Order: sequence, then C-alpha cells, then structure tokens
Amino acid sequence: MTPNNQLTWVIGGAQGSGVDSAANIFSRACAQGGLHIFGKREYYSNIKGEHSYFTVRVSDKPIRSHVDDINVLVSFDAETVFKHADMVTDGGVIIYDTSLINTNIRDLPTIDEHAEARVTSMLEKSGNEFTIKGMLNHAESNGVFLCGISYFSLIKDFAQKINEPSLSKLTRMINVMALSASMAILDFDRDVLAKAIRRIFKSKQKIAELNVAAANYAYDHARTSFANLKFPFKLKCKNPSSDILLVQGNQSSAMGKIVAGCRFQTYYPITPASDDSEFLESNQIIEQRNGKHGSMVVIQTEDEIAAIAMAIGSALTGARSATATSGPGFSLMAEALGWAGINEVPLLVSLYQRTGPSTGLPTRHEQSDLMFAINAGHGEFPRIVYASGDIEESFYDTIKAFNFAERYQLPVIHMLDKAIANSIMTCHTLDPERIEIDRGKMVMNFRPDIGSESEAKSKNQQAEEQNLKQHYLRFKLTNGPISPRATLGTEGTVFWNSGDEHTEDGHITEDPFVRTQMMNKRMSKLEVALKEIPDDDKLAVYDHTSQDPGRPTLSPEVIIISWGSTKGAILDAIDQFRIDKRDLRIKFIQLKLLHPFPTQLVERALDADSILVDVEMNYSSQLGILFEQNLHRNIDYRIVKYNGRPMSSSEIYNALLRIHSGDAPRRTVLEHGT
Amino acid sequence: MALKLTDYKTQVHNDWCAGCGDFGILNAIQMALAEMQIPTHAATIFSGIGCSGKTPHFINTYGIHTLHGRVLPFAQGAKLSNPDLQVIAVGGDGDGLGIGAGHFVSAGRRNVDLLYIIFDNGVYGLTKGQAAPTLKLGLKTKSLPQPNVNNSVNPISLALVAGFTFIARGYSYEVKHLKELIKKGVQHKGLAFLDVLQPCPTYNDINTKEWFQGMDNIDPKTGRQVPRTYKLEDSGYDGIVRSDDNLDNKMAKVIEKANEWGNEIPIGIFYQNEFIPTYEDRITSRIDNYMVNPPARQDISDNQRKPISTISRILEDLRVDNI
Repeated sequence: MTPNNQLTWVIGGAQGSGVDSAANIFSRACAQGGLHIFGKREYYSNIKGEHSYFTVRVSDKPIRSHVDDINVLVSFDAETVFKHADMVTDGGVIIYDTSLINTNIRDLPTIDEHAEARVTSMLEKSGNEFTIKGMLNHAESNGVFLCGISYFSLIKDFAQKINEPSLSKLTRMINVMALSASMAILDFDRDVLAKAIRRIFKSKQKIAELNVAAANYAYDHARTSFANLKFPFKLKCKNPSSDILLVQGNQSSAMGKIVAGCRFQTYYPITPASDDSEFLESNQIIEQRNGKHGSMVVIQTEDEIAAIAMAIGSALTGARSATATSGPGFSLMAEALGWAGINEVPLLVSLYQRTGPSTGLPTRHEQSDLMFAINAGHGEFPRIVYASGDIEESFYDTIKAFNFAERYQLPVIHMLDKAIANSIMTCHTLDPERIEIDRGKMVMNFRPDIGSESEAKSKNQQAEEQNLKQHYLRFKLTNGPISPRATLGTEGTVFWNSGDEHTEDGHITEDPFVRTQMMNKRMSKLEVALKEIPDDDKLAVYDHTSQDPGRPTLSPEVIIISWGSTKGAILDAIDQFRIDKRDLRIKFIQLKLLHPFPTQLVERALDADSILVDVEMNYSSQLGILFEQNLHRNIDYRIVKYNGRPMSSSEIYNALLRIHSGDAPRRTVLEHGT
Repeated sequence: MALKLTDYKTQVHNDWCAGCGDFGILNAIQMALAEMQIPTHAATIFSGIGCSGKTPHFINTYGIHTLHGRVLPFAQGAKLSNPDLQVIAVGGDGDGLGIGAGHFVSAGRRNVDLLYIIFDNGVYGLTKGQAAPTLKLGLKTKSLPQPNVNNSVNPISLALVAGFTFIARGYSYEVKHLKELIKKGVQHKGLAFLDVLQPCPTYNDINTKEWFQGMDNIDPKTGRQVPRTYKLEDSGYDGIVRSDDNLDNKMAKVIEKANEWGNEIPIGIFYQNEFIPTYEDRITSRIDNYMVNPPARQDISDNQRKPISTISRILEDLRVDNI
C-alpha cells in the first residue's frame, strides 16, 4: 500500500550543482502545500565536485526523522544513481540523465574505491554491467520505475523557446528542471511549485522567473514523456496552516539566542557551527517590543581560544554572551572554560557536535562529545551540560540555557549536533514569550536605564543593595553558594577575578581553608541547580504503553534512554510499531540535563522489569556509561552508530524488533548510510 | 572629591622580588589613572599569567587576572560589550609574544580602543627564568642551561605590521616618562601598545638596571656612564601620522628605530595613527546606536521577565503560508 503524501524524496549531485537549492525548493513547496517534511543534508568536506545529497521525507502528519528507503530519486549525474539507486523501493522511481547511460562507475573520479567495490560486487551478483544502464537494470528488477530525461536536449529546446543564446547560463538550472520533473510525476500542484521557486529566489526576481519558466517547461515535458507511468506515489496539496514554520536546524538555536537576550557572540569558522553565528550576524539588528532596537555584536575571532575568552570578557560586563563551535574548537576552549568556572561567569557554549576525534569526518554527524563536555578542562568546576533533541526544542532550550548560566553563574554547554544543524523540518511556530528571562542574583542599580523597564525598587531592595555595596565581595560566602553578581563598570562594586584560587573579593589565595570553602561554594551550585531545575526541563518521558484506552495500563516492556538528535528517529520508530500494530510497549526517556545528572528523576522514570535499551550516536554509549555510574543498574542492550550518518527510524525500528524477539546481541552497531 | 593616588592602591601584599622593574610600571599606571581622574569603577585592568599577571590585584579598580596568553581576547570582549570601560591590558613578553602571539597580531587587525602594556624582561620569571621571546639569540641569562637558541622578536615592529595604531616604549625606571606614555596610550583612539623595558633582577642578569643605566658604558671623553636608553622626542623624532604624511616612509622609520638596540635604545612614542577606524567605529557603521546602546547596556526583558526581543520578522519569513 502506498498512501498519498507519504514518501521519501532524494536529490543528489556534485557539490555546487544546486542540490541544496533544489531540495530547499522541494521542501518549501511541500510545506506551502500543507504537508509536513523532514529533510537532511549530507555533504563532503569539499567545496565543489564531491557527491552531496539531500533527503526529504514528506508526510501528512508531523515527522521527525528520515527512513532508509527511497521512493523518488532525482539525479542529474552518474554518481547519484550508483550511490542511491539500490535504496529505491519497489514502486519507486529514478529520474536520470539519458546521456549518462553508458557511464562506467570506474570512470568516476569522485567515487572512492570502497564505495565502488560495494556497487560493482552488487552489480556482478545481479549479472549487470558496471554502467548506469546496469545500475538501472538492477533497480528495475527491484520493481523501480525509470524516467530518463535528456537534460541537454531539454535545455536546448527551452533555450530556443525563450530565445536565450547562452546554453551555459541555462545549464545551471538543470537542478530545478530535474526537481520539477519529479513534481510532475508526483502530480504536485505546479502553481504551488512556482510559488515556492519565487519564494526561494525572492531577492532575485529575474532569476526566479527564469527558474519558474524552466520548471514549467520540464514539468510539461515530464507530463508528456511519462504519461503512461503507473507511478503510485502522489503528493496532494492542502491549505497550509499559519502556525507551521519551515525551519532549519542552524536557525533555531540562533533565534533562541536573540530572544534570550544574547548580545555578544563569538566564533571561529567551523562546520557545522558557523551557520549559527552567520545567522546572527545577518540578523544583528534586533527588534524589541518597546519600539527601540537592540543589537548583537558578532565577532569572528582568530581561534576558538580567543572566541571563548572574548565571550567571557563580554559576560563580565553583564551582557548575555555565547560562543558557538564544534568538537575541535571546543577542545581548544577547555582551559578558558575552567576560568569561567572558577570565576563563576555565566557563559553559553553552543556545541554542535560532529564526527571525531581530531578532524574526524568534518561534515558528518556524531554524538561523541558528551563525556568531553562533562569533563573538559583541568581541575573541578561546576558546569551544566544540556542537550536538545530537535529543532523546536533547541529554540526554547537556548533560552533556558542562558537562564541556567546566569542563575547559577557558570558555563553552560548546550549540546547540539550536525544532524540537527543540517536538517530542515516543519514544526509548530515558536513562541518567544514562553520562557521567562531569569538573570539570577545581580547588582543592577548602577544602570539607571534599567530602572525605566523594571518595576520601582522597594525600599528594602534599595537598602539591601546599598548594604551590598558598602563592602562588595564578588564571591561572598553567604547562606547559599550563589553570590550577587556585579558587572564591570558598576559604581561601588569593584572586584577582582583570577584563575588562581581566590578570596571573597577575588584576590589570589593559597590558604587551605579558603580553598576548601571556595570549592564547596562552587561545586555545591550543582546540587542547587539539580534541586531547582524543573523536572520537565531535566528529561522528557514519552510513554506509549497505555495509549489504548480499552486496556489496563501495563508497564513497558522496553525502556529506551537516549539524548540529543536521536529523539526524532526513536519517536518515529515507536510510532511505526503502532502503525504496524505490533504489540510492543515502549517508553522513551530523553535525557536533556546530562550534567549534573538527574539520578533520582531517572530512577523514578524507570520500571524494574523493563528491558533497558540505550540508543546513541557514538562508539562507547557514553550516556550508558553515565547512567550505569549513577544508577547501579545495567543497560541491557545498546544500539550505537558511528559511521557519521545519523540514525534512521527504520534502523532503530529493526534493532528494537530484534531485541524484542530476543535474538539481538547486547550491542547493535547500526551501519546504514551513503 | 578629587581622587588621590592612594585611592588606586589595594591592601594586597605585593610579592614581587625586591628591585623588580614591575614596581615602576605599577606606580606609573596608578599615577596615570590618578592624574586622569578615572573613577575606580570605570577602569578595568586585565592581565595574563606570570609576575605581571598579579598587577590588577594591586590596583583598586576592576581587575581581571586571566589566562596565560589570552589577556587581549578577554580585554577586547569586555571593551566591545561595554565601550565606556577604560581598559588596560597587561602581561609579560612571554605571555603576549610567545603563547599569545596570535592574539597580539589579531588584535592589531581590529584596533579596539584599549591600551596593552607588555612588561618586557626577556625571561619567564615565575617559572624560574627560562628564555622569553624578546631575549636575544645566544644570550645566556643565569638560569639557562644553554645560551638562548631562538632569535628574538621585535615587539615594536611586530605591533606596527600587525596594525596597532599607537606604539611606544617605556623604561620602568623612568616612571614619570612612563606615566605620560600610559596617559597618551589611554587617550589614544584605537589600539595602543606600550613595550616597557623592565629588568628582572632575579633571572635576567644581562639586561639589568645597571646595564640600562650604562654602568659599563663609559664615555671615554667625559669618563661618565652613558645610559643606554634615550628619548625619541629629545632626538627630534616624530612618529605621529598627520593627514599629509607619506605613511610608507613613516612606517619605514618606525622599523628603523625599532631595530636600534645595544648602546642606543629608543624610548617614547614610535608611532601614532588615528586615521584608522577603531573596531568600535566599524561596528557603529553596522549598528548605528552601538556606542549608546552597547551589549552591556541593553535591556533584554520587561518587568514581567518576558523577553523584549521579537523575532516576528524572522518567524514571518519562515511561516509556510507566507507565499
């Protein structure tokens, strides 16, 4: 059965050939057609020429992950066919360039020998030659429809039609023509497509119109050429809902920063974190509800050491400050992170993880920096490690992370990753007023400008602040571990900071008693944070065990624990169990607060008899280790992946199925990916 | 009420060695702050690591003792978030020209309005006298097992090519002269660099106070000792860039002067160029109200603790029904 509006569409091509923009048009068109999408981008560490592809899954209902199967493969080069044709399912379609039919895989310089060997051995087994023709034969025998297009003649005819003598100018639109051909086969509303094209090229009207004309031309061509194709997949547009957004993962946390009041961000260029900073720089003038405008200073520094040091310097003046990086950059930040810890400086580090160690797979995904984030830096100091599971969450979590940083006066490491950063999805509109701003204990009245915004201070408050300033001590040992924070430039609150152990006023000390007191003060902030942070912010429990109202509540057979961007694939896998009417009671615990570890809360969320499954995108199941350290309970099964490609819900589904049937190994390594 | 010199001093015990050149720099900074009547809360002294790193603890203004080599990034971050702060960054030559050399060069490219003072003594004092970046090749100060195997870096030339817009050198035993240089550095609009020759009495037994003062440099005619430092301004040298100057010639002269060493070591202002826009100017060209509403001064929430920043324009753009 192939219901309408349920499919996976993939477009591939050489980097720089318009794969991304075609996929963006497709995503935008589907979203404008009232459909939900989840898309992910895969690309090499390369500027031009290597193979990149974009997977977009479309559905009537909200979706949060990709699956392994492909229903529509759109190609205009040979490598895409060789690399993905095998994943196109029975009843799916491949759009390919007829002029490449005799291209041999051995003649493609960009395919590496390992990928080539896998394809040729597959073709050998099915008795096909190592050409596109052979590959297409192979796919056809799997029940795949083939739609060949001669892009060259298509472009030539189109050029003639619009009287454009320069063919090379038009070849840049092959991507849009290929995309449009796929839309024709899917019966997609061509007006919605045209609107999406105009939307994507909205700043370049001429180019937009040229692309629309090319798309229409290709659409008509495909309608005529493939009129008899009995292709089962269709996309039917609906009216789009006004509370749905189409958001990219590298926009959401950045939007959260604007709302949170972050006014200073530093970065050194690194994939996949730079987009966050570039988005902020593009939006650095900030509109405010009071009619005035604010702004964010975004600074590209000479390295990540300077990035974190500058952000700390800025935070000392009272501005909410952040830096965004990935693993290699975070490695360089470790020393300064400790400085922020010992000096109790609120700071946000957005850590967009990618495959490590070292340069690793620079443009690929992994969640292998959990232990590092928790332990980075020498010595012991408090920090909060907080992980977001998807695009929507990362918006709100960013605001919360700033609140944690200021309330507990410490660095917060916000765990994000390549899978989130390079995905795009439809999600509910974001509510900038949902999360309150909590600046923690501050000495504020040096700023007359703030008085206008905040309520008039009571006499008590004034007296208290006056008292504070009589002899201000930045690290005053009060009845709790958090001392009122003054900022540089404040009258009456001169203080000192030092990376050395220090006294209450911040001067260097090597006194053993003061050292113990100060360590106690700083480290006990973690206990306070653990107590105060609401349970809902610590973890999310998705309990699918009592969905059927007719049946008594049963304890789950399987409990999944995980963190970060595996969330979507896990939830979609669980949904699939329901859709397939397989009787498996699953509960999913998504950890968000990873340090300090919410041991008691996790304990309460567990059920004694359930099988415990840990799902993570790393080799050693780092959350699993953390879990076992804290809970005196063993993980029963581990599902891990470290080939650089995010987990699909199909992979998780199949792994859970094997665990349920009792024949799974204790550790399953997922390996799918192109 | 006018601020006095003592207002800029703390009670913190100073544990520098007796005769340390750092004392002269510390006094000069405090005198300069007092003469400029900069309120104690309006100035922040940032420092790196080492003996010089302790400086802020002795000065009664905000004092931020940072990491080894990272003082400039910390200081620039604070200054750019709150341009009203008077920021002075200090550190040793190892701190700024060894471990922090990358930041030194990058700071020059930005030209943030602050003063950076290097306490220049050629050795890593606090770790017991290893060779630091300004120690000349082949010299063997007393705790080196072998003569220095690295060539020295020239801080003045490096600052010039990196883009610092005020470059001067002082000598820690010429406190009044040094104080004036500090004042000029603070008043300079842009990134000021002050290289202060500062004998380490414990580990640098070559470039000592006596050496700088020329105890061994006797004029054969007069029989008197001739100090090794001389003041640029007394020699008729003028490093200030004026609108009609040929900048290339001016910069070539700076390099020429920077190369003088031995018996003729220039101190004073090598270079000053206020025609280069500061980083603050550059931000202002993008954010028009930056100087009056910098990051540190912005309100971010209302009295209900609701965020006041709106992202409606961005959300509007992302809405799927916005066609």
